[in-house]
Amino acid sequence: MKFTWFNLMPWPYLPDDFREKNRSVWVDIDQKLFDPAKSHEVYNTYMDLLEYADTLGFDGVGVNEHHQNGYGIMPSPNIIAAGLARRTKDAAIVVLGNSIALYNPPIRVAEEFAMLDCISGGRLVAGFPVGTSMDTNYCYGQIPSLTREKYQEAHDLIIKAWTTREPFAWNGRYNKLRHVNIWPRPIQDAPHPPVHIPGGGSVETYDFCIDNTYSYSYLSFSGYLRAQALMDGYWRRVDERGVDKSPYRAGFAQTILVAETDEEAERLYSEHVSYFYNRCLHVYPGFADAPGYRTIKTIQTGALSQYAPPRGGYTQLTWKELTEQGHVIAGSPETVRQRMEELIKGLNVGNIFCLMHVGNMPADKCMYSTKLFAEKVMPKLRNMFPDWDHDNRFWTSPLASRVTSGALRKEAPTSAELAKTYA
Amino acid sequence: MELKTVETRHVPVRYLEGGSGPDLVFLHGAGGVTADDPFLLALAEAHHVYAPLIPGYGDSEECGEIRDMLDFTQHSWDVVEALGLKDPILVGHSMGGMIAAEMAAAQPNDLTRLALICPTGLWDDDHPVADMFSLMPYEMPQYLFHDAAAGAAILTAGRNVEDPNFLQTYLVTNARQLGMAGRILFPIPERGLSQRLYRIKARTVVVWGDSDRMVPPFYAHGFKKGIAGAELVSIPEAGHMVTVEKTAQVVEAIGRLG
Repeated sequence: MKFTWFNLMPWPYLPDDFREKNRSVWVDIDQKLFDPAKSHEVYNTYMDLLEYADTLGFDGVGVNEHHQNGYGIMPSPNIIAAGLARRTKDAAIVVLGNSIALYNPPIRVAEEFAMLDCISGGRLVAGFPVGTSMDTNYCYGQIPSLTREKYQEAHDLIIKAWTTREPFAWNGRYNKLRHVNIWPRPIQDAPHPPVHIPGGGSVETYDFCIDNTYSYSYLSFSGYLRAQALMDGYWRRVDERGVDKSPYRAGFAQTILVAETDEEAERLYSEHVSYFYNRCLHVYPGFADAPGYRTIKTIQTGALSQYAPPRGGYTQLTWKELTEQGHVIAGSPETVRQRMEELIKGLNVGNIFCLMHVGNMPADKCMYSTKLFAEKVMPKLRNMFPDWDHDNRFWTSPLASRVTSGALRKEAPTSAELAKTYA
Repeated sequence: MELKTVETRHVPVRYLEGGSGPDLVFLHGAGGVTADDPFLLALAEAHHVYAPLIPGYGDSEECGEIRDMLDFTQHSWDVVEALGLKDPILVGHSMGGMIAAEMAAAQPNDLTRLALICPTGLWDDDHPVADMFSLMPYEMPQYLFHDAAAGAAILTAGRNVEDPNFLQTYLVTNARQLGMAGRILFPIPERGLSQRLYRIKARTVVVWGDSDRMVPPFYAHGFKKGIAGAELVSIPEAGHMVTVEKTAQVVEAIGRLG
């Protein structure tokens, strides 16, 4: 099993009446609600929490990309990842990911990911999302019905840039480059860093992952019970294509909150869960799915955007409903273990993106929950797929010997010392 | 009006044909056009009307090869040629007006009569065109019609919005139609037309509804100024769907082209 501690980086100061007074948390969110001075502490706390997860033995620490978004103040995940590459030791740096259709030219992603892989000693997991319609179309202006074509070209270019050992010319529809020759290139070169593709039910994405041996990640906020149909569809496709059903071909994001008892979990965390589901997911439905963004085939399968609100909206969901319906897995270590087992077996997923910070949760509660999960739950879930322990196609292959950041001596040497060293 | 098919280089094109009189090509807006469109029927009383559907509209095939403004412009000329027409009266509404203006600018010697009905294609930061792609269906009437209540009734007529299949059909239609429209309209419906308007030689009439809240009447002046000799016809108590709200007045304005 691979457990990645993930932080969406929500803005924790959305007002109580946010939902009533604002039409959307995303795209046209009120500028006045962001306070740069307060963000100084918010960012540093969130990065501290990611670093803390590394010390507890999580397999990865995860970041992602959103734009103009009140629940994800991380337009550039690579900036956070660069900090993590320096300040964490063992965890994979899971960048899930860079919306590659938005980078001009996309070899910028090939370069920055290569830098992250080099700085971290080969700990990068590279994510290539198409990006949500909010981010890609409404914030970054990509033409909806051409986004996938542009994405595909960006992907092909990045992979070729990573794997070609001499300069080449790229005459694409969206990119014309005479001399592609990225320098640096990734440490992980067999053939390139592991790739995870976040998807939301686009059938084309299943095949894309299968064809390229990429892990398919379903980043849902509605929990594992509602994900069953989608993941079944994915595994059916894997079956049809005649490839192995390694659980590491799939990943799933799940909100997880642990306390000593179920009651304590509710007492400590329910307000933060409510903050997330009521305020953070308050997206104007007109931004959820620009016409042409989803393929006809995907719409016909009934896979609507998860940002399209459920009937009645989330506000009517109580803590009890959110936990019982699996949006949130919360409770005592034993409760959480049982439900995580259900999730892992039910969806057959080897990569878990643990959303352990939720909404406006303060750092102390987050650390408490994280530590309980790491010490009392994670060890008991380690051995879920013994047959696939050897499967490292979807995870990192770091250098065996890595430097420790900040290990330089604190003082500059004297002339005499240098003379001795270089005698 | 009769729905027919004509072959073009890229894709078979569906088109509506009817009426008799001088040849007239009508290019529809982002909402598409149907055989019972009152404006088409009115035009057909004195014209031989051809209304080709943009690929992806109605039951027509989408076309991956038509991506940018030049593709739309040249494809539309391909359609005119495939229909065997020479110098038809060219009429475009909204997105269709943008395409028609581009066609007139691209081949100024092949066109002598042009009617642009509240066309997109120009942009001014102080007078933004509505972000039609993010509008919810219930918001549409107020942007499209002078009389929003009457407009809402027109938009929902004959549709059962409570039918569970309705939403999926609606989404598929939107994805096909607006997906194609987005290639020249998203996120800002401007693709450089302002620097090409001067090339237009056709006698041009620009028609605008005074209450247009989708593409503000402000832009009428840009077209009038940009096209030599263009005549502006402003129609009171009409919105973006001036073709529906004041059908006769729009037909009359087009009639001035001879």
